Amino acid sequence: MTTIQAANLPSRVRVWRLSMTLLVITCALFIIGMSVGSTGIKPFLFNTGDTGAWQIIFDIRLPRTFVAWLAGALFGLAGAIAQGLFRNPLADPYLLGSASGATLGVALSLILLSTSLYAENWFMRIGITSAAFFGALAGVLITIFLAKGFQHTFRLLLAGVIVGVILGALGSFFSIMNPEILQAMQAFMLGTTSFAGWSACLIMSIALIFSCVLAWSLGKALDALALGELTALSLGIDLNLARAIFIFILALATGTAVSQVGIIAFVGLAAPHLVRSQTNVTHHTLLLLSSGVGGSLLLAADILARALIAPQELPVGLLTAILGGSYLLWLMHAKQAVSRYK
Amino acid sequence: MIAISTQNISAKLGDVEILHGISAQIPQAQWTSIIGPNGAGKSTFLKVIAGLLPHTNQLNIFSMPLQSMQTKERAKKIAWLGQNEVVSDDLLVYDLVMLGRLPHQQWFSSPSATDHLIVEQALQSTHVWNLRHRPINKLSGGECQRILISRALAVQAEIILMDEPLANLDPPHQADLIDLIQSLTQQGTTVITVLHDITYALQANHVIILNQGSLSYEGATTHQQTHAQIEAVFSNRIKIYPLQGSWVVMPQNR
Repeated sequence: MTTIQAANLPSRVRVWRLSMTLLVITCALFIIGMSVGSTGIKPFLFNTGDTGAWQIIFDIRLPRTFVAWLAGALFGLAGAIAQGLFRNPLADPYLLGSASGATLGVALSLILLSTSLYAENWFMRIGITSAAFFGALAGVLITIFLAKGFQHTFRLLLAGVIVGVILGALGSFFSIMNPEILQAMQAFMLGTTSFAGWSACLIMSIALIFSCVLAWSLGKALDALALGELTALSLGIDLNLARAIFIFILALATGTAVSQVGIIAFVGLAAPHLVRSQTNVTHHTLLLLSSGVGGSLLLAADILARALIAPQELPVGLLTAILGGSYLLWLMHAKQAVSRYK
Repeated sequence: MIAISTQNISAKLGDVEILHGISAQIPQAQWTSIIGPNGAGKSTFLKVIAGLLPHTNQLNIFSMPLQSMQTKERAKKIAWLGQNEVVSDDLLVYDLVMLGRLPHQQWFSSPSATDHLIVEQALQSTHVWNLRHRPINKLSGGECQRILISRALAVQAEIILMDEPLANLDPPHQADLIDLIQSLTQQGTTVITVLHDITYALQANHVIILNQGSLSYEGATTHQQTHAQIEAVFSNRIKIYPLQGSWVVMPQNR
């Protein structure tokens, strides 16, 4: 083996192990996801000959399982992009105003299109997704405008929280003013996979593949940004173009996920952190692994939400908020402890 | 041969003009030190030469106007190392130095065998090859600085600009870097540094003295006139003494 080949070996081995572990966990979660229903956990392979049970698995559990994984993957990707783009380990679609912007977009689309979140009509689902995309885009752009750019971490997060609160309040206002969408929006605000079917799966799959390919192809720009804006510029990176494309992907991933499953906090924050805690990788790998980890996190949370108080369900957004929020607090505590001893 | 020439260039940071009409000639394949008191505009001048800040009037790199150069073309010709460069990520040392090859790579391509070879050479030249598997945020300030220097070297540019490259380095590694800069210039690279340590700055071939955003003087470091100008720009609070074929700078009491 040459020195060149040896140079990256330990990192590659760690990435390979993490990828394999993630694959096994994801497969296991898919099997469990298809086995969990209102009657509790029952391995789906034992339903031999019961066509009704297979119908439930194919029409309800399987699309929900896919939707949970795809939404988590989109949030994980969006989180990794946000943290790299803003050079801020606390950046998250939820904290940058994009998730609330997407929610406002969904509320307005439901009113204007006179449709329901359960609609399987393609035109309606694409309409809701597009509205969520433009809402997410508006949320991020307003946050950046209020923060006067990307440089000031605290200003950016503060602006993101404020924009999130205002856009979220506007979403609630429009929901209250239109009682026909109020109940659906309340469930939507807490995050749920129960609205989504196969059409949502297809829309999210297309958005995920497109976003991953585009983000992966520009991963080097995020690596260069890790060295600072001026260094990235000196390395020939067109920062304005790169930022515009990444904000587009961020809005697309967040908007698509939020339009199908509602507000789900902290998956986008936790997924890249979990990857970084296991291995040190460039953004090419980080973006893809964060997407995979995000998918597994949300799918695991969705299974818990369905199983914990079966036959009733918890909103999955509640679980991710409790678990993710606790993780964020622990992270802040751990960082404070480390800096105290430095 | 002149590598960089500036004609009456000015530059602003926000609304404040920092550089006022600087005309200077920086020789090719030599080491030029930019020195001056705090707030003289040294780092700003370096950023302007690197194409990182807009400027007025003419700035030529090898007789070609900087503003007419494509971003990628400029990045291949000029490597830049900033002052106290902050690395916000936990990249591995090897991956970080590989970023120096970005100007030579296509977006979708993986690093070539040549890229790997150049990164290895860059890491070896600053004696950090043994740290290549470590995350950058787990290293000391001095180790981190040597890796960032390797990143700048990996660009293999004809011009290398370094702002306070000796920062965080202990004396043996400072001496190593001086040797490295001198060997780079012998190989034809033009090196421009901003240094607060005038003793080290006087190891260069050429010096540019800035004061309050204007060019105060430029000339060879061996000239007595240059030494007198350096002492004057620091209000004669320093004195330059000859020592074994070189010079040392001592502070003067009031």
